[in-house]
Amino acid sequence: MTTPKKIRILIAKPDLDGHDRGAKVIALALRDAGMEVIYSGLHQSLDQIVNTATQESVDLIGLSIMTGAHLQICRRLLGRLKSDALDHVRVVVGGVIPKDDIQPLIDMGTAGVFPGGTPFEEIIDAISALF
Amino acid sequence: MGVARYIKNEKDAIQEVIYQSGIKIKPVYNKNDLDAIGFDAATDLGEPGAFPFTRSLHPQGYRSRAWTTRQYTGFGTPTETNERFKYMISHGQSGLNVAFDLPTQMGLDSDDPRAEGEIGRVGMAVDSLRDFEIAFQDIPFDRIGTGLTINANATVMLAMYQAVAEKFGYAKEKISATPQNDILKEMIGRGAWIFPVEPAVRLVGDTIEYAMQELPRCNPVSICGYHIRESGATPAQEIACAFEIAKTYIENVADRGIDPEDFVGRFSFNLNVFGNLWEQVAKFRAARKLWAKMLRSEYGIKAKKNLFLRGLFGGGGSGLTKEQPENNIIRSAYYALAAALGGAQTTALCSFDEAYTIPTPRAALLSLRTLEILMEEVGLRDTVDPLAGSYFIETLTKEMEAKILEEMQRIQAMGGMTQAVASGAIQLEVARQAYEFEKALQNKEAVKVGVNKYTEGDHPEVELHAYNESWAETQIDSLKQLRRERDSREVIGLLNKLKQTARDKINVMPVLVECCRAYATVGEMTGVFREVYGEWQEPNLF
Repeated sequence: MTTPKKIRILIAKPDLDGHDRGAKVIALALRDAGMEVIYSGLHQSLDQIVNTATQESVDLIGLSIMTGAHLQICRRLLGRLKSDALDHVRVVVGGVIPKDDIQPLIDMGTAGVFPGGTPFEEIIDAISALF
Repeated sequence: MGVARYIKNEKDAIQEVIYQSGIKIKPVYNKNDLDAIGFDAATDLGEPGAFPFTRSLHPQGYRSRAWTTRQYTGFGTPTETNERFKYMISHGQSGLNVAFDLPTQMGLDSDDPRAEGEIGRVGMAVDSLRDFEIAFQDIPFDRIGTGLTINANATVMLAMYQAVAEKFGYAKEKISATPQNDILKEMIGRGAWIFPVEPAVRLVGDTIEYAMQELPRCNPVSICGYHIRESGATPAQEIACAFEIAKTYIENVADRGIDPEDFVGRFSFNLNVFGNLWEQVAKFRAARKLWAKMLRSEYGIKAKKNLFLRGLFGGGGSGLTKEQPENNIIRSAYYALAAALGGAQTTALCSFDEAYTIPTPRAALLSLRTLEILMEEVGLRDTVDPLAGSYFIETLTKEMEAKILEEMQRIQAMGGMTQAVASGAIQLEVARQAYEFEKALQNKEAVKVGVNKYTEGDHPEVELHAYNESWAETQIDSLKQLRRERDSREVIGLLNKLKQTARDKINVMPVLVECCRAYATVGEMTGVFREVYGEWQEPNLF
């Protein structure tokens, strides 16, 4: 009997935002759900996030963004993954995300959008379904 | 989010109530409870305005003076912020509390590539004294005190505040500023840190020493249990962390050969109000008392005013919800009530739309009106500490005091606050509390109205403060113009002087004031510190 490969996730806090309660909480929840979780720490540039994702061979990057800059940051990261031929790494985003921004995020290639308060179970199921 | 746990039977009767700080609440309290816990009115309460200040810092409480209202304000360029400042003051606000954008808080100029997308977003963009000249135009510096919500480079902003006041003709002795300036709290909870622990704490020490000598009306540090609580800590942990942080700063300055008696009276606190009403009220009463007792016993502080736990007790944002946002108006009113019953000297509320973005003028004004209604209509100014002597409140205040001391001992067992932060032990503890609470909310063990109970009905969309992309362009253009117009040779000379001062571990404040006057930018001044001190590497938590 083979055990399925564990999903490896990088929870990342891009750029300057320091509100990391949500990032830490979801890191603990995903770990409890049996996933392998790496937490980037704060103030990560996209270069640092992409480097960590490569070095750690993660399957997914989970961005946590509270500042309202989610559209710009997701666009930049997805573009960067594509140009580095890393587009097998999926990207999801959580944080303070208005309803109107969800569809534009999905349209640009974000694999999941989880506004604050989304139940852990829903996030875990959505991520599991990607692999 | 901060609600107690209620264990109920099948008929919905409450069997057990457990507050977040870990205190079990009885269905009935009477005199026996006070006796059992050793309550003594003379030593536990005293008179209002007398040691240990459990009841109030002042003999007449709000009768002599209502609280100061100080809503957190700032966005876009200094021009937008100046308009909002004047709007709030014209509606009765009695102090300012400046919000800076993230590039400013992180010491980056608006034209730094890392600032992209963040200019003027969560606060006002500030690059140089020129921006302060616009932001504080027509603000009466001698009458309005200003909180500067900035930490890693609070030295720079305090220097800039002095420079702008002097430019407008106010003597530095007349100005009242409270830079937040609590870097250890940033490392635990808010994340706007730059430098490693040791030089970061030394910079806090520099501002305290400088304010003591040069700025007699400034409070150089505002120790923030607030953000630690927002990050998940219990109310008892919030106060314990704040006090252990305060001790670290006291000791940094005392190590310079300065008597704590000469500066602790200038410390202020920023504490959080949300969650259970009684736990909050007891927390503030216990905290006032413990602070005075601790200063007296550990540092030999004598003067009455130096024993005051002064500060802002502000409505906590993490108590507010994105769901059914109008409920936040009601929640905040109760938080303000808790602050008033807890004897808050200064207060502010998060606005009902802040789970989405920074507040619209209408929402900010509603927060101010909520505070004004409490003081002007409801009767909170009538008599000092109206809950004093209650069997329940006095028992709970004693229990909170014991819990806070217990949490302080846990931090001491981690090696003290500096070590607890450097190792990440305290950050992990706070994150675990946040996770446990989130689970309780999702399991419905803790109730949040509109979130996991009573969720039916409309979900009205709120009118949102819009971010204007053109602010970034305006700010960058203005910065470029400044770089062309100022005396660059003077700036370079002063930045070199700053570098040498930082290297020699001499107080950086006087040189920073000179740098600000010469229109050195926030990025340049902070950049000097980055070069000399390096940047903090967060401990790996998981």
